[in-house]
Amino acid sequence: MASKQRRLAGRTGSYALLTLLAFIVGFPLYIIFAGSLMSLKEITSVPPSLFPMHPIWSTFRDAFVGGNLGQYLAVSFFQSGIIVVGQVLTSILAAFAFAYIQFPWKRTIFVAMLATSMIPFEVTVTANLQTVAALGWSETMQGLVVPFLATGFGIFLLRQAFLQIPKEMHEAAVIDGYSSWKFMWRVAVPLARPSIAALAVFSFLGAWNQYLWPLLETGSNKNIQTIQMGIRGVGGQVSTANVSLAAAAIAVAPLLILLVFFQKHLVRSLTAGAVK
Amino acid sequence: MAKRTTSLPTAGVGVFRTKRDRRIGLALTLPSLALFLLFTYYPFFKNFQLALYRAAPFPTLPNKFVGPSQFFSIFSDAQFWDSVRSTVIFVGLVVPIGVFLGLLMAVAAHQRLKGIRVYRTIFSSTVVSSAAVAAVVFSTLLSPVSGYLPSIGIHAPDITSSATWAMPMVAIVSAWQFVGLAFIILTAGLQSLPDDLLEASRVDGASSWTRFWRIILPLLSPTVFFTLIVGVIYGLQSFGQIDIMIGTQNSTFTHTNVLIYAIYRFIHVSADPGMAASYSIALFFITLVVTLIQFRILEKRVHYGQ
Amino acid sequence: MSDLLLFRNNADFTKTLNFKMPASRYGDTDGSGLERCFMSKVEFRNVNKSFGDNQVLTNFELSVDDGEFLVLLGPSGCGKTTALRILAGLEDVSSGSVHIGDREVTSEEPKDRDIAMVFQSYALYPHMTVRKNVEFPLRNAGVSKDEIKSRVDQALQTVGLSDLGDRKPGQLSGGQRQRVALARAIVRRPKVFLMDEPLSNLDATLRQQTRADIAALQRTLGTTTLYVTHDQVEAMTMGTRIAVMYQGKLQQVGAPTDLYHRPANAFVASFLGNPGMNLIRGSVQGGAVRVAGSVVSTTNLADRSDVTIGVRAEDLRIGDAGFACEVVIVEDLGSEVHVVCQSAESDRIVIRQLSATTRPTVGQTVHLAIDGATHLFDAMTGERCEG
Repeated sequence: MASKQRRLAGRTGSYALLTLLAFIVGFPLYIIFAGSLMSLKEITSVPPSLFPMHPIWSTFRDAFVGGNLGQYLAVSFFQSGIIVVGQVLTSILAAFAFAYIQFPWKRTIFVAMLATSMIPFEVTVTANLQTVAALGWSETMQGLVVPFLATGFGIFLLRQAFLQIPKEMHEAAVIDGYSSWKFMWRVAVPLARPSIAALAVFSFLGAWNQYLWPLLETGSNKNIQTIQMGIRGVGGQVSTANVSLAAAAIAVAPLLILLVFFQKHLVRSLTAGAVK
Repeated sequence: MAKRTTSLPTAGVGVFRTKRDRRIGLALTLPSLALFLLFTYYPFFKNFQLALYRAAPFPTLPNKFVGPSQFFSIFSDAQFWDSVRSTVIFVGLVVPIGVFLGLLMAVAAHQRLKGIRVYRTIFSSTVVSSAAVAAVVFSTLLSPVSGYLPSIGIHAPDITSSATWAMPMVAIVSAWQFVGLAFIILTAGLQSLPDDLLEASRVDGASSWTRFWRIILPLLSPTVFFTLIVGVIYGLQSFGQIDIMIGTQNSTFTHTNVLIYAIYRFIHVSADPGMAASYSIALFFITLVVTLIQFRILEKRVHYGQ
Repeated sequence: MSDLLLFRNNADFTKTLNFKMPASRYGDTDGSGLERCFMSKVEFRNVNKSFGDNQVLTNFELSVDDGEFLVLLGPSGCGKTTALRILAGLEDVSSGSVHIGDREVTSEEPKDRDIAMVFQSYALYPHMTVRKNVEFPLRNAGVSKDEIKSRVDQALQTVGLSDLGDRKPGQLSGGQRQRVALARAIVRRPKVFLMDEPLSNLDATLRQQTRADIAALQRTLGTTTLYVTHDQVEAMTMGTRIAVMYQGKLQQVGAPTDLYHRPANAFVASFLGNPGMNLIRGSVQGGAVRVAGSVVSTTNLADRSDVTIGVRAEDLRIGDAGFACEVVIVEDLGSEVHVVCQSAESDRIVIRQLSATTRPTVGQTVHLAIDGATHLFDAMTGERCEG
């Protein structure tokens, strides 16, 4: 009996710790949504409201109308969508070649591509701005997305996935007279779908949350500014805290949905290379 | 345990090897290769050229060739060392806080309890928050105008304009953002530990404390190191929080002028690509050293365990 | 290879034991030692366990006597490992209780149950040396340094690993790792040993050797042991008693030969022995056991129109008399020949013949007579019919 109580106490302790941690980590995210529905008075009173007693939905209207969030959102979906499709396509092609085809300079090219992940994008920002300008892409959508259409990480991830396909599949396909192209699209890509999905989710997260490059590249062209720039415009001002939070809520909502529905894929990509 | 090596492709691995296939193989890599050459390798080496030129006083005038002296001059420049120091402090705050909290959450959530999935989702959630989103919500939470700090007894002045608090504040924001990633990586590490070992230690009479320090942490240490490295690289690239919460107008920006922010200012404020390139080269070498340490640790892990 | 040699050199495992482990807790024949004996009885009382909708243990009742080596035997998924893990405290019961000695331990933590367990994977801590691995349970129990040293030395010597104390598990062979796991278990001198298929990761030769070693070790220590396996040879050779499980239910408990010669039901009959007992549909009329009309045996059971007849492969003879069936496979194993037949009364009847006898050909119709023990089971329930 005593031990039963001890176990109960242990379990209660576990929940207490988990809940405390969830509060520390989850509170800011909660406040994004709760605060966006509060009046300024609720936010600034001491103590502030923890729950929007009289939800105000006009903050979202203000964010969309005053902050022009609709356009930022559209730009972000377009920009992120192009980057996801581009990264997935270029990664599939290159990863397949590295996994299944013998061709000249293969080793050198592979090493060169993996090595790109050792050069942070931030390091190349200065010169890339000049390149984009030289191409006539300054403050354009091309300039916003083209530099991100290839990814060393994606090639690595998909090559691993392709290599895990049983050798017999490949041999059977060769005996059946499949060309490399046909084998890629009919066998390899469908079998690597989980990893491709992981890459897509990962790319979307990265593209959607980009900050430095859109800030520098879009310059004064409001028509191609992303949602992050939109938040930057309304952000940080406590005089309109609830509207800022509403904007933040809109910016983070698609990713939260992504997290809830594709958690497995996201975890898979984020931990690639971390464990085993 | 399978040997984890990034095996390089060698002759014999690829099986499609007709003349046509060889051409296809090369062609398939071309899109990625072209993009990497243009947007990674070219600008990377361009940095070294840019660093040789000093910015003209007016944008319309041509930049002046000054040779490598400009790059080396940053090492005797107090502002550069200030930036390095800020970067080290920033990373030194973000990484320990993030990894400690992440580890605590990962261990706490590594048990069979009802509703544990909800906790795991909450713990992972900060990974989706962008720098801008984090900056907005923390600006509200930490602002003296809102009621949050005063209600827990902290009556700070506006801490975004406080020389003392500016840096810890942006570091907390970044650490919060990083915690989700740290949790996800460490949880994957924990889940890859054989259940048998943890059960054996329970049967062997180990208390939870002993189990954590003598079994879990040693076995998890490669993943913990990996998380530390990811954290350092993450910290080196943190920019948006500082841009939004401090900004160039704010007098405290000198305290949060980390390398990446300094690069931004050279590009955006003082239009000095030469200095931006010089700082970029320095940032690259710092990242390189950290990455090499990571490779060393990964290599060590291959020989570790059963 | 070197592994086997080491084992041999190290002595006749049992001899070493007799010499070096005089102070075994249960080997003691003085009063206090004996008293403890009665305390290490193990009991499962009406234990039920389900994972969600999946009932893995149903009304599980089992009592293991003090000092006994009881083998839990059954096909995979029968619940035997779950039963062991429940006793270890690694799994909760859904209902019922578990007792060690005179104490109920149902909701005790594993560490408070005074048990030691050998895992199928051995579960050695890869970052600790062999010595640290073996020390671990003693350090947790707060045993003094001097005593730890002497007990670890003794345990390592018992399993023949005295020279390898400073190695890491990764540097050992499979057989050596298995012995480290044993050492880690015996060093605690627990009330009960739990072993979960400890031999399944060894190759055949080593498995046979280690089987004998573990049985001898258990006899010397006299510690109550619960041993889980799906290998009936292990069960038959090691256990003082065997508990056969199937689909979460205990089928029969008894000495190995009892189970083999008097299986309690059709499952135990067909599971034990290689090949398992043949099960043939038949009937009982006026004391005669009939298969397809022909009398194969006699019984004192009352008449039944439907009965399952169990007969071992070695007790069937091919001849002129008996019931007819068709030969489908003839397997020559060298020392003996297995003839597999099929008839309306059974999908599979195996006859064991010595090679010398004339062998039938596939497709041939043969007549089978029973020349040995006949077991009768209820056709519906599978339970043994007692006369």
